[in-house]
Amino acid sequence: MKSFEFVNPASLRSAISTLASAGEKAKLLAGGIDLLGEMKDYIQQPDIVVNLKTVPGLNRLTADRRGLRIGPLVTLTEIAEHPVIRANYTALAEAAESVGTPQIRNVGTIGGNLCQRPRCWYYRDEAVVCLKKGGSVCYAVEGENQFNAVLGGGPSWIVHPSDCAPALIALNASVEITGPQRRRVVPLEKFFTLPTQNVLQETILESGEIVTQIIVPAPAAGTRSHYMKVRHKESFDWALSGAAVMLQLRNRRVAACRVVLSGVAPIPWRSPEAEAVLRGKAVTPQVAMQAGQAAMAKARPLGKNAYKVPLTRNVVKLAVLKTAGV
Amino acid sequence: MAISLMSGKVTVSATVNGEPTEWLCEPRETLLEVLRDRLGLTGTKEGCSNGNCGACSVLLDGRLVNSCLVLAVETEGAEITTVEGIRGEKGLTPVQRSFLEEAALQCGFCTPGFIVAATALLQANPSPTEEQIRWWLAGNLCRCTGYDKIVRAVQKAAAEMRGEA
Ligand SMILES: Cc1cc2nc3c(=O)[nH]c(=O)nc-3n(C[C@H](O)[C@H](O)[C@H](O)COP(=O)(O)OP(=O)(O)OC[C@H]3O[C@@H](n4cnc5c(N)ncnc54)[C@H](O)[C@@H]3O)c2cc1C
Ligand code: FES
Ligand code: FES
Repeated sequence: MKSFEFVNPASLRSAISTLASAGEKAKLLAGGIDLLGEMKDYIQQPDIVVNLKTVPGLNRLTADRRGLRIGPLVTLTEIAEHPVIRANYTALAEAAESVGTPQIRNVGTIGGNLCQRPRCWYYRDEAVVCLKKGGSVCYAVEGENQFNAVLGGGPSWIVHPSDCAPALIALNASVEITGPQRRRVVPLEKFFTLPTQNVLQETILESGEIVTQIIVPAPAAGTRSHYMKVRHKESFDWALSGAAVMLQLRNRRVAACRVVLSGVAPIPWRSPEAEAVLRGKAVTPQVAMQAGQAAMAKARPLGKNAYKVPLTRNVVKLAVLKTAGV
Repeated sequence: MAISLMSGKVTVSATVNGEPTEWLCEPRETLLEVLRDRLGLTGTKEGCSNGNCGACSVLLDGRLVNSCLVLAVETEGAEITTVEGIRGEKGLTPVQRSFLEEAALQCGFCTPGFIVAATALLQANPSPTEEQIRWWLAGNLCRCTGYDKIVRAVQKAAAEMRGEA
């Protein structure tokens, strides 16, 4: 790892101003599971590392009638074990529990989970200057692309690595972002950006901006949710394909729903096509399969990842059936 | 000043295996590097250095963590337990003894990590099911033994600690 200055800010203001004035030279450290990995591989080489953990108040989690308020420093273990989240925001608890290993969940934070960088092996290879690192080529297009995107790809074909993001989007979460000039609250769905918008980053965060809270509204009566994930190895891994499903059932029919995919696109991929199939229907295995087919109708696989299309159809089907209790 | 800035070498004080300990290190040094290279606690191993293998597992304020992904400067004031700090009143703990008795190791490189992780598991859950043991130890890789003997060793230690063996 290259040497750097380590800053322990005493307040949010001071963290933001240090980040904003140093620009690209500074990086924010939460749990550090992702950032330290990147720094060890010289993918990021900051001169200044700003430790978010000394900013007071960012590790609070409250659950009440309005919903959840989750500080960005709340760990994935805390989320996975929280009894209210397990009962009423099940997809989120399942997503957090599916991340990495116990050691990683004990340190990894929810803010870091949303802001983690891609795992595409070309991006993570120190020797490769790919499109995402300011180069001119996405090597996945012609290369070893078995883990890359089948939806929303181009000009870069990364998949977004977060498990918690699709679950939170399914639960209609927003993020509060605090920066040098302003504080804004944005639906999480609008937080992530496609490579067509800016190939160098995956979120709308601007210089000096920090995610300071995650807000999840209380689910309406009759709402249930689940997150299902398929990985290459069972013990732990990022998603080859995953689906977060939220269904609000009224008289056994779907009154409202969200279907959000992981592992298949450069952003957590909401599927209006699958949602349109489900809305107004009573969930049966056939309806669930149609939702899976609709979700993948526009898929454009690369040379080595066509398996993700049938895989994801089935993940959507199974997640819908589980959520509907069928 | 609202911020404290550290560069060059900094002094860090923490409690390591029950002993107040102070060391000098650069901000870029990981807890794993400090334990092994500055404090001489070489029981903690470096397998992958990126969070995949668990050979570097230690307890940080009671939580199981990968010491390769924690900066040593972040542990100011913390309580750190390494495999060297895991000992019974008369020598080995039940977990350590059952790893030997069940032959749950071959080359032994992963063993310190497994001992620390299994000890943390049995503190949190004295009666884990086999499935719970496997998920709890999912972040610890062993390339020699296969996991069955390790799981059996943890089950045996758990029974002994519950007073059943
Ligand atoms: C072996 C291994 C397996 C993993 N498996 C999975 C998996 O299965 N699923 C999954 O989703 N992830 C996985 N991860 C990725 C990831 O490291 C964790 O999900 C974790 O949540 C990251 O959180 P952190 O606090 O450690 O992030 P950090 O490393 O501290 O931060 C990550 C990035 O986000 C930025 N950041 C952090 N907090 C904020 C904030 N509040 N505002 C703005 N920017 C911020 C940082 O600057 C940095 O760029 C895995 C990682 C490893 C090493
Ligand atoms: S050395 Fe830390 S997880 Fe492998
Ligand atoms: S005994 Fe050799 S790696 Fe586990």
